[in-house]
Amino acid sequence: MTASAPAILSEGLTKRFGRLEVLRGIDLAIPAGRITGLVGPNASGKSTFIKAVLGLVRPDQGSLAVLGHRVNGDERYRRQVGYMPQAASFPENLTGREVLAMVGDLRGADVARDTALLEQFQLGPELTKPVRTLSGGTRQKLSALVAFLFQPALLVLDEPTAGLDPVASGIFKEKLAETRERGTTVLLASHTLAELEEVADDIVFLLDGRVRFHGPIAELRNLTGFAKLERAVAALMRGETAP
Amino acid sequence: MRTALKILGYQLRDIARNRWIIAYAVVLLALTEALFRLGGDGSRVVLSLLNVVLILVPLVALTFGTLYLYNAREFIELLLAQPVGRGSMFAGLWGGLVLPLAGALLLGVGLPFLLHARDGTVQLRSLLMLLGTGTLLTSAFTALAFLLALRFEDRARGFGAALLLWLMCAVVYDGLVLLAVTLLADHPLETPLLILTVLNPLDLGRVLLLLDLDVSALLGYTGAVFQHFLGTALGMGVATVALLAWTALPLALGARRFGRRDF
Repeated sequence: MTASAPAILSEGLTKRFGRLEVLRGIDLAIPAGRITGLVGPNASGKSTFIKAVLGLVRPDQGSLAVLGHRVNGDERYRRQVGYMPQAASFPENLTGREVLAMVGDLRGADVARDTALLEQFQLGPELTKPVRTLSGGTRQKLSALVAFLFQPALLVLDEPTAGLDPVASGIFKEKLAETRERGTTVLLASHTLAELEEVADDIVFLLDGRVRFHGPIAELRNLTGFAKLERAVAALMRGETAP
Repeated sequence: MRTALKILGYQLRDIARNRWIIAYAVVLLALTEALFRLGGDGSRVVLSLLNVVLILVPLVALTFGTLYLYNAREFIELLLAQPVGRGSMFAGLWGGLVLPLAGALLLGVGLPFLLHARDGTVQLRSLLMLLGTGTLLTSAFTALAFLLALRFEDRARGFGAALLLWLMCAVVYDGLVLLAVTLLADHPLETPLLILTVLNPLDLGRVLLLLDLDVSALLGYTGAVFQHFLGTALGMGVATVALLAWTALPLALGARRFGRRDF
């Protein structure tokens, strides 16, 4: 993969669940080394697109390449991908430490680890307790650790800060900026537009399974005439653009 | 294969600490111990446990197996987002469930037998047959549970289907066989009955155990046909192979479904 090649390249991607057409031909080239915010109303296809990138959902038509590898059922490309789902669930009777060991074990022992977040979240004693006794916020922190620990080239985050307190959320955003500096590509789905405004470089706006906008945040502001991202996205949803 | 074993290892650690599995082992242990104290004689205890194994083991395997797969859904998603293939994930999940369930059975039933072994009334062979058949039933019914949980997206329907399957195998099936035999008394029924037995894994387990214990009074119609036409040794061989097929077939179908499914 060259430096200019997109981290995610989707061409004509479609997916249907029964009668529901969730993705209706997604053409998208997510640039490497940038933080791309994925926004759109509920049922716009965000989660399905993310799951297609991760190989969890199999598209009906079109092609999808992640970090230069075609997504076709071969799992090896996911060594380079970190994922933090909206609501993480771990085996209830394992401790946090065992969960981290398990994921490390599955990704291969040779992978370099970034333990900074582990220290910043101050999870130490919590990691020795079974997951079932942990609070929702602590589980979410554990989920963030799972995503960041192995220094992936692509981070896929689905509403990552939803269960985090303001302090943890702040640490998380700093971490995000730091990983981008290191050249990591981030695909970040979020409903919290203020947060995206803070961390994202580009915005992808999905509506009814189609890409309605993809570009830098500044471009979106110019297009809609609104300085605030929230207003700009709302304008896109209504189909309005600046005169 | 290595990935599947890794997943199996961690699943094993998780499920071995599951309170339902622990409760299952404790109930079996208490029951076996109680039978020893009440009946005393080891071979009688084996006979009494036979029905427990035939009824309880498939029920626990089916209900626990379906719920386990539904509850693990987000976790499966998380692991499949790692460099883990679908086949390894499926094998690891199933192995990680069968081993603790079979372990609970071996421990719960086996331990009291070890403690009472001194009285010399237990035939080791009968005990091993009981535990072996219980393990085969566990693996067949967990495989069926997985298949059902993958077939039905909705957990209430999947769980209902699992209970229905158990009811069919444990209760309704015998009634249907009896009805068929009564209605068609004038016809030669041996071959259809042999086929019918092979179609019910629970009945296969029963035939296997009763042929070994040589209790013809309890064999029932299908068991008697098995013994009469195949003889004890061949009958047991056929029953074992058929029971193994009841693990292999649902597993293969389940793995195919698991490989194609969207998470």
